[in-house]
Amino acid sequence: MSTIRLTVNGRPYTVDAEPKTSLLTVLREHLDLTGSKYGCGEGQCGACTVLIDGKAQRSCVTQVGSISQRQITTIEGLASGEQLHPVQEAFLDAEAMQCGYCTSGMIMSAVALLQRNPAPKESEIIAFMDGNVCRCGTYPRIVSAIQKAAKVATASSAAKGAGR
Amino acid sequence: MSNRNQAQILLEPERYELTAAAPYRFDLDRREFFKFLGAGVLVVSILKSAVVAQESGGASQRRGDSLPKEIDAWLHIGENRKITVYTGKVEMGQNIRTSLSQAVAEELQVPIEKIEMVMGDTQLTPFDMGTFGSRTTPTMNLQLRKVAAAAREMLIGLAAAQWQTDRQKLVAADGKVTDPQNNRSLDYAALTKGQQLTQIVTVGTSLIPATSWKVAGQSAIKVDGRDFVTGRHRYPSDQKLPDMLYGKVCRPTSFNATLVSVETQKAKQMGATVVHDGNFVGVAAASTELAAAAIAAIHAEWKSEPQPSSKELFDYLRKNTVEGKDSTGDGDRFDLGSVDQALGSADHRLQQTYTVSYIAHTPLEPRAALAKWDGDNLTVWTGTQRPFGVRGQLAEAFRISEDRVRVLMPDTGSGYGGKHTGETAIEAARLARAAKRPVKVGWTREEEFTWAYFRPAGVIDVSSGVRSDGTITAWEFHNYNSGSAGIRSYYEIPNQHIVFHATNSPLRQGSYRALAATANHFARESHMDEMAHVVKMDPLEFRLKNLKDERLRAVFEAAAKQFGWGKTKTPGQGFGMGGGYEKLGNIATFAEVGVDRKSGEVKVVRVVSAFECGAIVNPDNLRNQIEGSNVQGLGGALFEAIEFENGKILNGKMSQYRVPRFSDVPVLETVLLDRKDLPSAGAGECPMVGLAPAIANAIFDASGVRLRSLPLVPDGLKQS
Repeated sequence: MSTIRLTVNGRPYTVDAEPKTSLLTVLREHLDLTGSKYGCGEGQCGACTVLIDGKAQRSCVTQVGSISQRQITTIEGLASGEQLHPVQEAFLDAEAMQCGYCTSGMIMSAVALLQRNPAPKESEIIAFMDGNVCRCGTYPRIVSAIQKAAKVATASSAAKGAGR
Repeated sequence: MSNRNQAQILLEPERYELTAAAPYRFDLDRREFFKFLGAGVLVVSILKSAVVAQESGGASQRRGDSLPKEIDAWLHIGENRKITVYTGKVEMGQNIRTSLSQAVAEELQVPIEKIEMVMGDTQLTPFDMGTFGSRTTPTMNLQLRKVAAAAREMLIGLAAAQWQTDRQKLVAADGKVTDPQNNRSLDYAALTKGQQLTQIVTVGTSLIPATSWKVAGQSAIKVDGRDFVTGRHRYPSDQKLPDMLYGKVCRPTSFNATLVSVETQKAKQMGATVVHDGNFVGVAAASTELAAAAIAAIHAEWKSEPQPSSKELFDYLRKNTVEGKDSTGDGDRFDLGSVDQALGSADHRLQQTYTVSYIAHTPLEPRAALAKWDGDNLTVWTGTQRPFGVRGQLAEAFRISEDRVRVLMPDTGSGYGGKHTGETAIEAARLARAAKRPVKVGWTREEEFTWAYFRPAGVIDVSSGVRSDGTITAWEFHNYNSGSAGIRSYYEIPNQHIVFHATNSPLRQGSYRALAATANHFARESHMDEMAHVVKMDPLEFRLKNLKDERLRAVFEAAAKQFGWGKTKTPGQGFGMGGGYEKLGNIATFAEVGVDRKSGEVKVVRVVSAFECGAIVNPDNLRNQIEGSNVQGLGGALFEAIEFENGKILNGKMSQYRVPRFSDVPVLETVLLDRKDLPSAGAGECPMVGLAPAIANAIFDASGVRLRSLPLVPDGLKQS
């Protein structure tokens, strides 16, 4: 057992865990951040996706000992207060979910994609998101949601630019 | 066929899991036994015997729904103006929390956000057999509409009495009863004054006709959608209680194995609670890691007999029928005219065999349960489509009366027919009883792939006779093992012999979205194309020539129009169709595929679905269900198959079992036919059944290769 320091959603945490414990287990069991989901345990379905220093990572195959000092963002840290992140808004508007179990991971992956590529083509969305599984089959709606979020983000940054 | 517009109340024989025995039977605690005897609650039920049989998954599987009719069991209007609706139905992604809210909002004339749905809690909600078979919309939606309408009428009556005026002059709208002539109104809460409304719902309660719907019939955003996009919603696997332990079960090395010996000393030394009770060995510990380590430290020896493997599956099914078992119901066989004679005199005869593999539901949330004992009372939170069924299983496993068991179902991470049983609930409860603390058991993906049940595999033999002018004269159809849902033909054929043969399945099997309708439509609609080819007719023309049902003709015609049936194709391109009706819905699916004969790659490029299920309740959610059916159906059609050998699953991991992903999805186009004059039916299953034959027929159209096994191209299209 080691004492591991983590920064999750901007908050510092100290947990006692084996360094090889998965980040997903630590988030869910130690920190009670259950928005990140277990789906496969081998990084194949994306339900556990979180951002580590802004990059989408599968927390089920990330050892918690390997990421101290780094910035971890989970679905719980995405909205600012009651203000949803544009990707969250877009998922709601596009009804891009059925059971919603994949939704956290989908949203986190989409946020990472849009940070890297603010105006992705449809083919780029599909390629980037292909590691995230939605068993209910809402893929087309997820693609539209991401496109919509991209438009909103582009428009708002353009508006900000114009205001300067 | 005459009853096709009535809500279906029979249970199909392939719902094997509903009649299976509890997976464990524990030794009875003597003290508990006598405690119960003393308390006088050993004899269980106050329910009618038929209901008990359904509820516990007991002997009878052919009973209908039994819906309590008293309004106070279903709906409550609080003084805070909150409307609370109680239903035993559960939400797992089909979005009925929203669509049922819409129905109530419409009839009660209140804004949708005023309605709270309490669902799937065996203590608070009335008995419900389970959420399956696309029955929520035709039964529960209608039932709740009646309940809400009766409440509305009663509130109007209360206001009329209070104001001593004619009720005809009063209007219910926006949560109030208004008297427009005298310019006065009272809101519902003020009228009810918190008292319990005990009104019996009558047949004559007038419902608002679909043509006048304002809330129902419109797209509505998921009522609690915000909780899902923020990660706030707590699924069964997210449930937590103070002092909770994490449980794990020691799994046998193969199916049908018995425990020979077990050594648990090391696990105990690690601080885990260890339970060894019959064939059950499990642990509970302070963390998942510790529980996993304790399980790894247990040395268990299992023995089992040799078992069949997927390589020999179809031969095995044919040779292991159990005639008489489950094959006596009306749905399981059908005879008309004389097939032998008609086959003898047909211009063309065709005989083919079609097969489908076992597939796994793979709900993204694996089974999970949290169990807690308070003395002899058990509470379990679990993801199940049948909370009352799981309550019965728990009562049976622990030999306690059902009134000591409460099962709650937080909205769960999908089911698709795969979460009808209570394995995890029983495991968690057994461990919690030993640990004297709450215990959560969450299955790993590998456990879900191995210890859940599968969609039945099947072999289907079809023999047909057809005249040169394209009239089908004979139809013989034998389904081995996969099931009888959708087994009857909707084509007009004077001579038919249709039989479902139950078999001794080598794997545990049970309900899967659309049941055997997927297999039966695949065989029937593939065979239709093969017959059309024999008589050199266009497949659409051939179908319509043999089809009288107007609703089904309408969807075929609508889909053909949207698809552009008859257009010319380029090399490697192929078009195909499949359709039918199931669970009161009508579907026609047209598919375009691209086949690369060099690489063998098959890509489904475009899918057009035309669907009609009576009056549409929520068009956007309906589209979502149809799209989802098609995307999920792609897996079973193209590449999903469980491989097994001698009692072991060979591909029980997400990395080994391919499910549809973003890059597999074709362009999906949906045509909705809204029949406001017909009762609303469900849509979670039917839209799936046309897809596999449409793709198979399109592959034939593109390549000349006829594929008769699902999945069609797990390794691409092989050279023939």
